Amino acid sequence: MNWQSDSSSTNFREENRLSAGRRLFYRFHIDLPLWIGIILLSAMGMVVLYSAGDKSVELLNRQFVRLFIAFIVMLAVAQINPSTLKHWAPWMYGIGLLMLIAVLLLGEVGKGAQRWLNLGLFRFQPSELMKIAVPIMVAWYLAEAPLPPRRGRLFIAAIMVIVPTLLIAKQPDLGTSVLIASSGFFVLLLAGLGWKLIFSVTALMAASAPIFWNYLLHDYQRQRILTFINPETDPLGSGYHIIQSTIAIGSGGLYGKGWLNGTQAHLDFLPERSTDFVFAVFSEEFGFLGTLVLLALYIAVISRGIVIAVNAQDTFSRLVAGSLTLTFFVYVFVNIGMVSGILPVVGLPLPLISYGGTSMVTIMAAFGILMSIQTHRRLVSA
Amino acid sequence: MAFDNQQRLKDHFHETMIFNQRTLIAGVIMFLLLILLLSRLVYLQITNQQHYATLSDNNRVSIRPIPPTRGLIFDRNGVLLAQNLPSFTLEIVPEHVENLDKTLATLKQLISISDEDLKRFHKNRRKKRRFEGVPLRFRLNEEEVARISVQQDQLDGVLIKAQLSRHYPQGKLASHAVGYVSRINENELQKLNASNYSATTHIGKVGIERTYETLLHGSVGFQHVETNAQGRVLRVLDRTLPISGKNLFLNLDSKVQAIAEQSLADNNGALVAIDPRDGSVLAMVSVPVYDPNLFVHGISSVDYKALSTSPERPLFNRALRGQYPPGSTVKPFLGLAGLELNLLQQHHELDCPGWYMIKSDERRYRDWKKEGHADTDLFKAITESCDVFFYDLSVTLGIDNMSSYLAKFGLGQKTGIDIRGELAGLNPSREWKRRNRNLPWFPGETLITGIGQGFMLTTPIQLASATAAIAMMGERYKPRMLYGIQDEQKSPIIKTQAKPLKAVPVSDEKNWRYVIDAMKNVVHGLHGTARGIKYNLKYPIAGKTGTAQVFGIAQDAEYKKEEIAKKLQDHALFIGYAPFDDPKIAVALIVENGGSGGAVAAPIVRKVMDEYLLKLDKNPVKNVLENSGETAQ
Repeated sequence: MNWQSDSSSTNFREENRLSAGRRLFYRFHIDLPLWIGIILLSAMGMVVLYSAGDKSVELLNRQFVRLFIAFIVMLAVAQINPSTLKHWAPWMYGIGLLMLIAVLLLGEVGKGAQRWLNLGLFRFQPSELMKIAVPIMVAWYLAEAPLPPRRGRLFIAAIMVIVPTLLIAKQPDLGTSVLIASSGFFVLLLAGLGWKLIFSVTALMAASAPIFWNYLLHDYQRQRILTFINPETDPLGSGYHIIQSTIAIGSGGLYGKGWLNGTQAHLDFLPERSTDFVFAVFSEEFGFLGTLVLLALYIAVISRGIVIAVNAQDTFSRLVAGSLTLTFFVYVFVNIGMVSGILPVVGLPLPLISYGGTSMVTIMAAFGILMSIQTHRRLVSA
Repeated sequence: MAFDNQQRLKDHFHETMIFNQRTLIAGVIMFLLLILLLSRLVYLQITNQQHYATLSDNNRVSIRPIPPTRGLIFDRNGVLLAQNLPSFTLEIVPEHVENLDKTLATLKQLISISDEDLKRFHKNRRKKRRFEGVPLRFRLNEEEVARISVQQDQLDGVLIKAQLSRHYPQGKLASHAVGYVSRINENELQKLNASNYSATTHIGKVGIERTYETLLHGSVGFQHVETNAQGRVLRVLDRTLPISGKNLFLNLDSKVQAIAEQSLADNNGALVAIDPRDGSVLAMVSVPVYDPNLFVHGISSVDYKALSTSPERPLFNRALRGQYPPGSTVKPFLGLAGLELNLLQQHHELDCPGWYMIKSDERRYRDWKKEGHADTDLFKAITESCDVFFYDLSVTLGIDNMSSYLAKFGLGQKTGIDIRGELAGLNPSREWKRRNRNLPWFPGETLITGIGQGFMLTTPIQLASATAAIAMMGERYKPRMLYGIQDEQKSPIIKTQAKPLKAVPVSDEKNWRYVIDAMKNVVHGLHGTARGIKYNLKYPIAGKTGTAQVFGIAQDAEYKKEEIAKKLQDHALFIGYAPFDDPKIAVALIVENGGSGGAVAAPIVRKVMDEYLLKLDKNPVKNVLENSGETAQ
């Protein structure tokens, strides 16, 4: 609390406490521990993808370009002051919502779902924007009033979360809607949502599960859940993914089969092996020990996110940083959980490792926001 | 402002408290979830690693069988009778073909492809995976293979696959003895050792190919291959080589066989030649013959219909399954029975008036020679084939003595030759008639049995075996097709052992000498029924002619009406052995509806004996080879 008594309005004092190298990073609004964690995870991703993609240099190149763009986006976002972000929140959320409606009305269909909006130059997935816009919007709205929020505010905040969640679920994109719902929920949770309410809503959701099952889920989503409960019922159909990925993970054992030696992956038994199921390739080739290293890196990144959130200076930043970090954890947990067979298959990538573009940019943008919150700290101004 | 600030600061503090508390809870929950993930990973990767490793290996490693090479079949001199030749199949791998219609059109210009081929190709294509070859044409000849090879650069995805298929280089020669292989059918599939036949497509259906299927087939080999999820073979991990089938050497002498087949070519009939010293089957002929090569790749329905509905019945193995009345060839055996049983004296004479009568019967039993043979003893009766003498002898012997003595020579019983499907013939007795016809035995039936007619039926193999026994003074051997077995090319041939059968008891050797002297006289005597073959004969032959009356058409009922006339002609028979004092070959021959045994059958037997004993014709087998080449075109 010593620094709080200083009257400096810049963050120079803070910087002074840092080493020369870290000071340089600070000037560019880069948080070094987070940066290192992200770099290490991305590097591991490239290593696994080389194997998962059957030594395809082309695939690596494309992933590298995406990572590069995502890093640029992260750096750009990191330069934006959290207060500026706060001002943008209603606009981002409003535009995102309009685009989601537009997608439903005139979006492009791909792989049986309507997710993209063709903007002439490129195709855009509004749900990705909402991954960031929803927590920021709810955090902005809740931070306006003293916490814990009153019922009226809670109700409106809940609507803010539920509307985009339903719009995305309707596309249908179960994975993303789960992520958006949880990012919104995390803001409410961290803002001090009452426990009674949490439990009663949970109970209500459990009670309404049959309605959800019958009216809101698509056939393929129902099938996924049924398959998750018992994959053996359809070993060559929808159970195939789960069976083959658990075989891949299990056969890796303690030390793994070695890099490029995963038979499940290289003999085509493993589906989606460079995207959603890349964790199975990793576990098969690097074994339990390799998996421990990977999880340790994720824990490090998440811990750093929590530290940033706890150190954040205002409620809005805290809520945003906390929610984004927890959402990142959901990404990791849901992906590994589904690949190892303890969660139903929802199409979520393993962040920073899976091959794929759009979600990676969003994740890196979120890290950019975390870095911005960490590096734009200064003394409280009245 | 101060109050407001204080309020906000207080709020701020409170909010931080809430936030930190909630973050702590979230951290605990995340920690628990991580423990859950880790325990799942421990369960998969450490507790059950073995289980999943096995599943993973089962996924990628599959076992593919390798068919063994079928053993070859040779004759006793090493002449190849059955071999394996590469046969070329044209296959298309859809994955590698850009434009299937265009490729098919190109192929059509190069080789003939029938609509049937195309239909089968499109049907198979749906069943196979994209990287698997789908057969389009079978049995390409070398010219077709060459034409396609030249255009190979324009024919991506077109493969010519060579596999071994059975080929009978001698064509029709010894087709009934060697038999053939053909595709395994449903019935056979159920009885087979599924694992040993997992890569085999063909199986021996008849003849040696069937009898010695187990030896010829060999043992299947296996290779463990690594496959991907689509089943494509990526590499071979290890292999157990198949064990080839054994090479078989037959007792058959293809030159003798060829001479016999050529001599019989215009008739239907059968000939069996046996080495009396050990039972080796030197020739086994059944005419008409057929080309076994037709069956290997699946005989066309037209060809099969032609073979199976032909009144000549080319697929019927007459040597083993043809049941004919032995006619007068039975006489030496009955004469011997009379002497050996002491019911007939060597010098006993009878006046033959040309017919014979018994008390209970009004009927006159006629001799083949209307005017009769005058004073006749057994020697003369065999030489001239006097029927009346044997009518009288059979009355003396009685049917019980006759049937039991003939049974000692194996008549009316299967010989046990090593080819399946042999029939037993019929050696009639009182007991047999009561059991099968529920009728008593009539004396007249004894008479006609005495000249080898009536109920009595024998197969050519039986007659040959009985002739061998008479040549060997009662010693008998089971007829054997197999000469020896060879493990692989150039390894020594392991000969099979002669299998002695219960000998015919000899009470007085003089009786035997008397009978075989009479048989010698059949050929060499002035009045012998086969005297026509004695000219320029370099060695003495003992024999007996036979002319069997065909009473009815019951045996081959499907003969057409206009053919009945020919059908009612007598069967011509001859049994004999040579050289007389050192028997090396015993032959039985029947020419269906051939007429007289002496005029038709005996000369053919002489040709066969000449070939075997004198080796006159230097290369009859080569001729057969060339002939078969022409017919295969």
